[in-house]
Amino acid sequence: MTRLRPFLVPVALLAVLAVVPLLSLDIPVLFGGPLDTPGTLGLLALCLVFAGVALTYDLLFGITGLLSFGHALYFALGVYLTTIALTKWEWGLGKTLLVVAGVGIVVPLVLGMISLRVGGIAFAMVTLAFAQAGQVLVQKNPDGLTGGEEGLGLNYDAIPDAFVGVLNTRNLYWLALAYAAVVFLIVRWTVNSSPGHVLKAIRENAKRVEVIGLQPFRFKLLAFVLASFLATAGGVVWLMVLGTGASPQVTTASFTLALLVMVVIGGAGTRYGALLGGFLYTLADQRLGSLAGSSTIEKLPSVLETPLSEPLFILGTLFVLLVFFVPGGLAGLGARLRRVRT
Amino acid sequence: MSTFVLLTITGLGLGAMYFLIASGLSLIYGLMGVLNFAHGALLTVGAYAAWWMSTKIDGSAGVKLLAGALFGIAVGALVAALIELVLIRPLYRRPVEQVLVTVGLALVLNALVEAIWGFDARAFPVPTWMIDTTSVLGASIPNDRFVEIATAALVLGGLTAFLRWTRYGLIIRAGVENRAMVTALGIDVRRAFTLVFAIGGAAAALAGVLSGVYFGVVDPSRGTSLLIFAFIVVVIGGFGSIGGTAVSAVVVGLIQQYANYYASSGLGDLAVVLLLAIVLLLKPEGLSPKVAH
Amino acid sequence: MSVPEPLIRVDGLHVHLGESHVLQGVSFEVPEGGVTALLGRNGVGKTTTLRAMMGLVPRRGTVTLAGEELTRLRTHQIVRRGIGYVPEDREVFAGLTVDENLRLAERNGAARYELVYELFPELRERGGQRAGTLSGGQQQMVAIARALLNENPVLLVDEPTKGLAPLLVTEVAAALERAAELATVLLVEQNLGVVARVARQVVVLDGGRVVHTGSAADLLGDPERVRALLGVHGSGH
Repeated sequence: MTRLRPFLVPVALLAVLAVVPLLSLDIPVLFGGPLDTPGTLGLLALCLVFAGVALTYDLLFGITGLLSFGHALYFALGVYLTTIALTKWEWGLGKTLLVVAGVGIVVPLVLGMISLRVGGIAFAMVTLAFAQAGQVLVQKNPDGLTGGEEGLGLNYDAIPDAFVGVLNTRNLYWLALAYAAVVFLIVRWTVNSSPGHVLKAIRENAKRVEVIGLQPFRFKLLAFVLASFLATAGGVVWLMVLGTGASPQVTTASFTLALLVMVVIGGAGTRYGALLGGFLYTLADQRLGSLAGSSTIEKLPSVLETPLSEPLFILGTLFVLLVFFVPGGLAGLGARLRRVRT
Repeated sequence: MSTFVLLTITGLGLGAMYFLIASGLSLIYGLMGVLNFAHGALLTVGAYAAWWMSTKIDGSAGVKLLAGALFGIAVGALVAALIELVLIRPLYRRPVEQVLVTVGLALVLNALVEAIWGFDARAFPVPTWMIDTTSVLGASIPNDRFVEIATAALVLGGLTAFLRWTRYGLIIRAGVENRAMVTALGIDVRRAFTLVFAIGGAAAALAGVLSGVYFGVVDPSRGTSLLIFAFIVVVIGGFGSIGGTAVSAVVVGLIQQYANYYASSGLGDLAVVLLLAIVLLLKPEGLSPKVAH
Repeated sequence: MSVPEPLIRVDGLHVHLGESHVLQGVSFEVPEGGVTALLGRNGVGKTTTLRAMMGLVPRRGTVTLAGEELTRLRTHQIVRRGIGYVPEDREVFAGLTVDENLRLAERNGAARYELVYELFPELRERGGQRAGTLSGGQQQMVAIARALLNENPVLLVDEPTKGLAPLLVTEVAAALERAAELATVLLVEQNLGVVARVARQVVVLDGGRVVHTGSAADLLGDPERVRALLGVHGSGH
């Protein structure tokens, strides 16, 4: 029984989340409608996608100690390549996914080999530079492929019927949940494996790892490619969940920074921190906008009402406060409270 | 030929803005080792403060602009000093948290501006004589370019003089080289930190005002988009060096203009961004302080 | 006859640098006046001791100057109590001129430029020269001059003769003698010839602790002792 202990919590969590689309439960304030409605399910699916994508960022930042400012590039790669292949080149879904997977490995491999030659802030800036290059490329709209500023609509014919249409939102929910679960499993497995222990050692002190005779570079590259590949997958899932198509917003530095905020708020390097951060950030970002219109907020004096109506203001402030007072993020807060109680 | 002249002067005008925002960034990182991601937000705050003041003043566009600019610069300096005192100083020995705090701050400030004035661009007061053009070597140059170049030149001169002739300038120059030794001489570097942040904030605000003149409008995304170029300029020109920043700003502005026109639109931005990657890969120590702090 | 109070008292100094416990409870006293030499093998923690006294590295323990505890103060405040610091490797500001290097060291009050130029006339000549272009010996002069500029009752000097030609070593030793007339000097030095010339007291470090204190003459007159504690034979490097 003890061998199964570590699995109890995640499995239970997964089970609970899996049955959500079947529950006709109404949670006011948090959601605009009962859990089994398409609107709420769509929102939850989005939260789950970002929970997963935040975790991919945490693999880089929290676990390996690599501060990247260009993670959006790989997410955008998944989004744009899939959209272009399905819509512009009219490929089938199978072929598209295969090619996206291949590109999703090769690109971070090449860029990672270049970027990882430097560390620290220099690494952060190089990753930023590459992501910016991607952003510019998308804006330039070569051959009208990317749709530039306006983005690119998705061709629904190529997508399996199970994922199209409002009534099938629950399938999209389960797809998003599957994605988050897979990312969680892979990251967990990586962390607990021997390469994972090396990654942790690298984060603490790369020099010492060299002294032992291992080459930090190989392990960093592994983490980089894995994290980027999973982010690309996240891009594809996101595309399905939203259903609208590619938009240049996903190529921006702000997008990567949002991931950073998610990870820090949740707690970098902790087991559930990034998932929690990604989920809550997305929820807050989506819901605070509608809450702002609610009567309670409107009654506040405009000095308070104006900033509070902007979700990013609240999230940014929370982020700053957490960095200051609770570096472990919300997950760290939990750990601290437990320590206080015992 | 006339196109070339227009491109060159426009490139210099852009370079002027890049210099203004990069100079603060350069000093802040050089002296304090803090990569201030909120610098773009300081630009935005300064630009909007200037715009707001200009709407409160009655008078010609020139008067509005001047009043707005002065107010914007003051706000930029004040906000920057406050940020340093309240948020950066307490995190003195935690560099990762310092960077994260500036990231969060950028989010908060931008969100605040968007919340108060919305996403739409606001028209900036530009006197007609700045919109008019002057003929230089056959090219019609909008006069605002000259204003930008002149302003940046003045600031460059002022900063250089400040660094060369004043005691705080001396402290900053020494501190950029070796912060610990400065404290070992009995000097409280922290005051220099606040001063440098304030200078950076003022310069960024001024860049915001100039960008309002150049583009004719202010919008919330301005700071972030210019910040990327500021990073590029600082990395290429070397942290802590005002002269290096100036040269690098001119180079970046010109490359951007020439490449965008002679190669293809958008390629200039790409070229500049890749230049950043190349410089970083060839010279990663460019980002580390010269002497360990 | 009552024993005069030591000017500086260091008590139980602990410093951790990375993984290693460099100073493991260093305690010693520095009597007022003259030169006290801090000796020990390479890497034993002499420089770290000075840096810890200056507050440049995190440390536990206490440091007292003229009865006032310095440990809770920040570096610049410690220095303002009247300490002139000449670090190992000089650390002059290469981008600044000689004049600017000196000016930076000025504190409110009289700066003893006459003294400094008397000891090192070259510095007056090379006032406008960038310190980065100076020779090692000249940079050392700047470093010492900085510390002497103010009327510091204490000078912490770290290996001032390191890497210098013999002629310059003599010059530096002479400057140290002069300095010792005006202040109490705590000198880290590997060159036992210099120590023999200028030092009155010695404090020897080993294994992160003080293993010997006493008069310089006594120690240096005992080559066996010297070899056991410092691993060198007699005077010289």
